[in-house]
Amino acid sequence: MTFDRDARTALADGQLRGALRHATTLFGERRRAAIAEVPDWEGARDRARAIKDETLLRLDRYLEQFAANAERAGARVHWARDAAEACEIIARIAERRGARTIVKSKSMASEEIHLNAALARRGIEPVETDLGEYIVQLAGETPSHIVAPAIHKTRAQIGALFAEKLGTEPSDDIATLAAAARQALRRRFAEADLGVSGVNFAVAETGTILILENEGNARLTTSLPRTHVALMGIEKVIPRFADLEVFLRLLPRSGTGQALTAYQSLLTGTKRQPADEGPEELHIVLLDNGRSRMLASPVTRQTLACIRCGACLNACPVYRQIGGHAYGSVYPGPIGAVLTPQLLGMGESADLPYASSLCGACRDVCPVKIDIPAVLLHLRAQAVARRGSTGTGTLLERLAFSSYAAVMARPRLFEWVMRWARRLHIVPPLGAWTKWRDLRPLAPRSFRDEWRAGLRDTAGS
Amino acid sequence: MRVSLFVTCLADQLWPAAAVGAVRVLRRVGCDVQFDERQTCCGQPAFNTGYRPDACALARRLIEIFESSGADAIVSPSGSCTAMLHHYEQLLEDAGWRARARALAERTYELSSFLVNRLGVDDVGASFAGRLTWHDACHGLRDLKIREEPRRLLHHVRGAELVELPPASAETCCGFGGTFSVKYPEISVAILDEKVDAIDRAGVDAVVSGDASCLMQIGGRLSRRGSLVRALHLAEVLASTT
Repeated sequence: MTFDRDARTALADGQLRGALRHATTLFGERRRAAIAEVPDWEGARDRARAIKDETLLRLDRYLEQFAANAERAGARVHWARDAAEACEIIARIAERRGARTIVKSKSMASEEIHLNAALARRGIEPVETDLGEYIVQLAGETPSHIVAPAIHKTRAQIGALFAEKLGTEPSDDIATLAAAARQALRRRFAEADLGVSGVNFAVAETGTILILENEGNARLTTSLPRTHVALMGIEKVIPRFADLEVFLRLLPRSGTGQALTAYQSLLTGTKRQPADEGPEELHIVLLDNGRSRMLASPVTRQTLACIRCGACLNACPVYRQIGGHAYGSVYPGPIGAVLTPQLLGMGESADLPYASSLCGACRDVCPVKIDIPAVLLHLRAQAVARRGSTGTGTLLERLAFSSYAAVMARPRLFEWVMRWARRLHIVPPLGAWTKWRDLRPLAPRSFRDEWRAGLRDTAGS
Repeated sequence: MRVSLFVTCLADQLWPAAAVGAVRVLRRVGCDVQFDERQTCCGQPAFNTGYRPDACALARRLIEIFESSGADAIVSPSGSCTAMLHHYEQLLEDAGWRARARALAERTYELSSFLVNRLGVDDVGASFAGRLTWHDACHGLRDLKIREEPRRLLHHVRGAELVELPPASAETCCGFGGTFSVKYPEISVAILDEKVDAIDRAGVDAVVSGDASCLMQIGGRLSRRGSLVRALHLAEVLASTT
């Protein structure tokens, strides 16, 4: 398990922490200002959550309805059980269309299935066109934030990266850097045979998909190449077109503090007339990859209500210190700490539910009111139940909690233990505490000592 | 009003001044305060670390103890442990125990919330000379929605001046998080240092909070950094009359 080590590496990186502090604070302030304009923010959160709950209870039905309506409009719908199946489906479409270059707009689901690596293995070049994703791809890294993939980088670092990879003049001016990326990407759009996008919402009653973005690259990705592949987790479906109203109110404000993103692309099927805009083929890949397992209980099911706004990352005191890469998973932060162990199983990610102080800031900012601390606690209980007594660290912890429970169930024993600890000045072996913090010693007299010594009888003092 | 004190094991053993202060303040506003010596820990450390059976055993124990008290209200100098009692219903699986947990939660209060919301008291007749700032402990703030209550009480303390930290600082976690503070001490202290920096910049004599756990974390770092700012429990300030 590398979370501990990677977190410490992150804490030692001054540039990273500076970039994180700046960006998460800015996101937080913008979000606060944006939601202040909404008359009934709480009501909108409740309505959105109710829609998600309703959908998740009948997910099979809404997915079938969505698939039928999307196919009626000309799309082809593919069902992928897991990451490997999804990659295979997309690679086959690309090969059938003879695609050599694929342009991609932002999609966390494509990160989840490691699509770029799968395509590269088949000799197909994927090109990220979202600016943040493009930066991350040029650097050979992975996104460290759901909404802002390159949040861990300073402007100066990006300038140096562009100078190295694109041969531009070193600069830390945002407009100059964005222009350099745009110029490099234009050419790639023109030569791309296929475009891969994510999906923010999929409307069951119409078969429509909605993609939100700010750079226009998703609009190009989904309309310029002859083939468009949209990849979506099965939880993205919502019942009705009218439901979009509340989600459009919540998502941009929670994510980037915008009243609305610069572009909203509503795509229903393929082009009908030769003169129409849009792709000849639209493929929609519905990805399960562990999601249907989460439907089993209400505690875990709520994880699927997530609309990937990233607000919980910006609000999380842990994420704000260490950033996304330390989590070692595609989805970082509080939502990543609950999503990853459920998607991949506890084996690789049993540490993640513990990567939280349970402060609850994530739950407060979540636009769909996911009780992330409750899910973290649920997963912690699962981790304890599952790992048994293997490993020294776990054995010691188990022993410590058994002793604690035995002592706390016996008040006389508790008092006796504490009295002797006090008398003998026994200090618990808490090097992890005392290295940075003074340890408050046991009080010379406990409260119950004070109570018996007269506090009980001094009413009115 | 008959009040049974839920002292919490931390206040009992490490911060008795908070519990003694709570008793004095409650008596000053006319409550008859009882204390059942059978109480120990609410089980939160076990619950938060994933040891649910251990937590359940301690939860059932505490429910029985407070049920037998016959008090009108259970009051605690801790938002976190009060929130834990409010979580008992979600922790216990048996319907009968859940109902008992709910009934207990309905009459269990954190100290400031009890004084302001249940008794309607803003002024407990305290005096304390100094500049104070308030740290919102997470479970009080977010689980119990306690925000204005302690501030109203502190505003009425004679001689005390309440200095607010910038909004993002007052409501940000101190990084304690129970076992989190020793499982990931470097992250815990990185979070803590932002809090302590903000307290240092505020130029106060003391940081006041409603939870001994946060105060151990903040106070332990303040003293390690050689700061003269003291960490005080709300009940200590409210009990003070000098």
